[in-house]
Amino acid sequence: MIPLNYFLVLSIILFALGAIAFFVKRDLITQFMAIEIMFNAANLAFLAFAKSAGSLDGQIIVFFVITVAAAEAAVGLAIILLIFRQKKTIKSEDIKLMKG
Amino acid sequence: MTDYFWLIPFIPALSTLILVLFGQKLPKKYVSFQACFAVFASFAISVISFIGLLQTSHEHLPIIKNLFSWIHAGSFQADLALQLDPLSSIMTLVVTGVGFLIHVYSVGYMADDEGYTRYFTYLNLFTFAMLILVMGSNLVVMFVGWEGVGLCSYLLIGFWFDKHSAANAGKKAFIVNRIGDAAFLLGIFFIFTHIGSGEFSVINAAIGGGAITQGLATLIAILLFVGATGKSAQIPLYIWLPDAMEGPTPVSALIHAATMVTAGVYMVARMNVLFTFSGSANSLVAIIGAVTAVFAATMALTQNDIKRVLAYSTISQIGYMFIGCGVGAYAAGMFHLFTHAFFKSLLFLAAGSVIHALSGELNMQKMGGLRKYLPLTYPTFLIGAIAIAGIPFLSGFFSKDAILTSAYANGQYLVWALGIFCAVLTAFYMFRLIFLTFFGNERLEPEAKKHLHESPPAMTIPLVLLAFFSIVAGYVGLPVVVGKDLNFFGRFLEPVIHQAHEVHLSLGTEWMLILISIAVAVTGIFIAWVFYIKNPKIPKNIVARFPGLYKLLYNKYYVDEIYNTLFVNSTIKGSEIVYDHFDLKVIDGVVNGSAKTTNFFGKVLSYFQTGYIKDYALIFLLGVILLLGYLLF
Amino acid sequence: MEIPILSIVTFLPLAGALLFIFVNRDKENLLRYLALIISIATFIVSLYLYFNFNAQTPDPQFVEKGPWIGYGINYHIGIDGISLYLILLTTFLMPIVILSSWTYIQKRVKEYLIFMFLLQTGIVGVFVSLNLFLFYVFWEAMLIPMYFLIGIWGGKRKIYATVKFVLFTMLGSLLMLVAIFYLYNLFYKATGTYSLNIFDYYRMILNPSVQVWLFLAFGLAFAIKIPMFPFHTWLPDAHVEAPTGGSVVLAAVLLKLGAYGFLRFAFPMFPDALQKFLPILGVLCVIGIIYGGLMALIQKDVKSLVAYSSVSHMGLIMLAIFALNMEGIVGGIYQMLNHGLSTGALFLCVGILYERSHTRMIKDFGGVSKQMPIFSAFFMVCILSSVGLPGLNGFVGEILCLFGVFKANKILAILAVTTIILAAAYLLWMFQRVMQGPITNDRVRSFKDLNLREIIFLTPIVILMFWMGIYPQTFLRKMDVSVANLLNQVNRKEVIFTKVKKENNPPSYILMEKEIKKDSTAKEDKESQ
Repeated sequence: MIPLNYFLVLSIILFALGAIAFFVKRDLITQFMAIEIMFNAANLAFLAFAKSAGSLDGQIIVFFVITVAAAEAAVGLAIILLIFRQKKTIKSEDIKLMKG
Repeated sequence: MTDYFWLIPFIPALSTLILVLFGQKLPKKYVSFQACFAVFASFAISVISFIGLLQTSHEHLPIIKNLFSWIHAGSFQADLALQLDPLSSIMTLVVTGVGFLIHVYSVGYMADDEGYTRYFTYLNLFTFAMLILVMGSNLVVMFVGWEGVGLCSYLLIGFWFDKHSAANAGKKAFIVNRIGDAAFLLGIFFIFTHIGSGEFSVINAAIGGGAITQGLATLIAILLFVGATGKSAQIPLYIWLPDAMEGPTPVSALIHAATMVTAGVYMVARMNVLFTFSGSANSLVAIIGAVTAVFAATMALTQNDIKRVLAYSTISQIGYMFIGCGVGAYAAGMFHLFTHAFFKSLLFLAAGSVIHALSGELNMQKMGGLRKYLPLTYPTFLIGAIAIAGIPFLSGFFSKDAILTSAYANGQYLVWALGIFCAVLTAFYMFRLIFLTFFGNERLEPEAKKHLHESPPAMTIPLVLLAFFSIVAGYVGLPVVVGKDLNFFGRFLEPVIHQAHEVHLSLGTEWMLILISIAVAVTGIFIAWVFYIKNPKIPKNIVARFPGLYKLLYNKYYVDEIYNTLFVNSTIKGSEIVYDHFDLKVIDGVVNGSAKTTNFFGKVLSYFQTGYIKDYALIFLLGVILLLGYLLF
Repeated sequence: MEIPILSIVTFLPLAGALLFIFVNRDKENLLRYLALIISIATFIVSLYLYFNFNAQTPDPQFVEKGPWIGYGINYHIGIDGISLYLILLTTFLMPIVILSSWTYIQKRVKEYLIFMFLLQTGIVGVFVSLNLFLFYVFWEAMLIPMYFLIGIWGGKRKIYATVKFVLFTMLGSLLMLVAIFYLYNLFYKATGTYSLNIFDYYRMILNPSVQVWLFLAFGLAFAIKIPMFPFHTWLPDAHVEAPTGGSVVLAAVLLKLGAYGFLRFAFPMFPDALQKFLPILGVLCVIGIIYGGLMALIQKDVKSLVAYSSVSHMGLIMLAIFALNMEGIVGGIYQMLNHGLSTGALFLCVGILYERSHTRMIKDFGGVSKQMPIFSAFFMVCILSSVGLPGLNGFVGEILCLFGVFKANKILAILAVTTIILAAAYLLWMFQRVMQGPITNDRVRSFKDLNLREIIFLTPIVILMFWMGIYPQTFLRKMDVSVANLLNQVNRKEVIFTKVKKENNPPSYILMEKEIKKDSTAKEDKESQ
């Protein structure tokens, strides 16, 4: 039986990696992947808690997140694709349409 | 015989409706036939009703026909009801009788006008409105007619609306009239609040029963009279009438001489119980009437436009009528209204005939010597002039004398003196007009002379008929000196006109007054003869001697200019300033200012929106950390 | 089962709008004919209301109740003598508006017609609502189509105008929403039940100091809509920029909603506050009358001239309503109809001119009468109706309004009477400059007189003008009882409150009738059956 804390530490490490990648990398695809990693870090934490508490709630949430993440990935990639078509770039510094 | 009197106004109304709907498709001949016939039919019913009225005993007066309940809301109750009594009967006779003749005259006068159908539509509409005015049995219905005639006057003055001056004159007439109407309306409201009804019979009974105080009666009477000064062109609202001469001449004859402008007099006579009860309002009426009479007559002295002379003369003559009403001799005022309708419309129509003959020339300085070219117009014109000047045996003499005698008898010597002075002026300017037009050497434009011709029978026959009435109309109201009970006119009106007290003068005084009137009339004519026939240089010398006075008169005392600066221009200027500085700057400024302030704060806050997704994520992360810190520690 | 006739009148246009979604946008004429048919059908159905209206009772008629969200938020509609004519006016004008836009609107015909129908449903909905929430929903829903009508089909400064219009109206209505919630809460505290039924609120008496604030919140929303001086500046802008059809609806019906709001909500619910504010409101109205008239006098744009004349006329209507007597309120309502007809018609006339010249500036015209005699006649009648000439509708309303005011306050009446002078001045002067005089602009020579379609849509208005002027009893008769009832409500509450006020500690509400029934939807349903 692996203790709960191991999972949580792994989850934190994954999350931190994702966050750092998000800030360090410049192209949208990589940033997108970084977000996915953070998602999965959260999923891992959920699962670990669910297992240790012996409740199914955490697992249900994880399923939910996975489904939503799949949909979100599709939409997100489509948007990135469209941005590339319009702007010929996917560097996040070049995109500031929402500037006030 | 009086059963169908209520049809009188509706025949012209029906004719109007037909002309409005189908007029453009109907042949010209038919249009004029229908228009004239409608008025003639009304006239016939008026005559029948009049005869019926003579046979009706006084207790059954007035005969009221309630058509339907019109406006009923709360305590405001007004029915569409018409009434027949001596006063309205006389008015219907005048309106339809003179109106018919003028309709016939118009057939000739307007023959070549492209707005022929439109003209007769308006004319019929006017007849309808005027009949509603005189036959309404309550103030509200009277007001309907009152505004209705105002509208027709507007439409007909601006008949040739592609001329700026005509369009302007029509608008001016309507707006000036509206000022009077506003006061009239307030008067009606006072009557409704304090008496609770607009029916004339109820009002008269209520005043008799002491429903209102004398002060209130004076206030109401003055408000109504302000309305009358608008419609009847008295000081201070007379300014529209001279300009109204832009309309076709028959219109000037019908509306601005015979009927509509006398509506004010009719109204005062109709409300005579109120005016008499007030007393001081009556004095005001007399004074305004007298002052207007003289004031307008002086302006007529110098005018060169033949129609304008007649217009000022109309204002002046209506002044006489108000003198009559003001001194309590309502019957005399109405009598003058009656005779004036004939001779003044005669004068206008004859002037129209002259203008027609000269292809539209209005300036008397470009006429002269027309006597021989216009063999029918000249004598009829002359009859009209004699009648208005107050020469015995013609109608104007009797009615004017009745008014002046009453003024004298009531002790209003100032008013009487002004009336006498005005009589001199009247005789003078009328004969100045006659001499300048028909006598002396010809000063015609060569172009006009080529087409010079006497008018067609459609125009001359009405002239002859009106001339006939201008002579005989006076004999229905002979003065006391001729015989005791010969004033049929006054006796006929007795059921309507409340005679407070009658002052009788001795026969000697009466004779003296009559002789004075005759003397002043003859003097006026004589001066005119000296000035314009015997020694035509005199007028020029006088002008050279008193250039200021002449200029003042010629420019009509600059009243138009004063009114324009005081009321019209200042209103417009003021409004423009308010619009630019208040509406656009203050009110809109506040609105746009608040929008701008919001915008400004939005701008400031938008600096945080860099558009870079990483910045957002960083702020987000910092937020999460801060939140976590807050939750944990 | 009874036919829900009132719902049909309200929602038939909405159904039309839905139907339009399925029609191909390129078939523009099909769309127009369809719209015409639907609007005429709505009008015919609404006539049923008129003929079956019982003039003897002040109670709401054709009532329909149904559950909606619950907690007092129900579907509850019905009409009385006050709203009846305003509904008829709306349904009457809609086919005319559609006819007038036949060629005027060339782009996005489909959307235009859909928005028109949405607008109609919104307006009629406001008039029929007997539930405060339902009322609010319609009140706001109406804004959206108007926003698009001005924003899409408007003139050069359409964005400015439409934003101004929306912000102005939103400002007022948001405060009203707050007031509605406050009332809702108050009612719950008083009775322990939820209700937004306006008749329950009629029975509730509020502490005057509370009333003041609620009256201000409601009053502001209504005053902006009317618009009363000094909240009027959105109106000229909106009118000038709006397409003809939009202007007509705006002037003819939308402005009446404010006045209607006062009559239906502010008066009976907050009578004490009303009494307190009457002097200020009266003065504002009089200022509006004179100010609007003077501003109209100097406008250079025909449309904004008519817009300012609306400010002036609405001032008179409100003044008459604030007179709080039978003559004034009946006159005010009657004048609302008149103003709807005459100003609507004036905008139609301006639209006709605009279609030919593509300008609205007075100086670009002159001598149009010569080219367009039939139009000139129609235009004249509309102007005279607006001026209040006897024999036409305007007179009846105006004389009743002025008399009502006169009975209440003579000074205000004397000032208000100037409107009959000013109205004549600005309208006739405009007529003179546009229609009369010599032709100065060569463009005018190419003007064609009215075509059959234009005659068809102007004629019913003119006929109605004469009818309402010559035989107003047709219309007045059905208002009396409702107006009397309204006045009664305003006065009755006052009496009761003065009784209670003498106690030391006035509560913030009192219920007039002890047992306000539990507002369960099921029960209401039973009643309506």
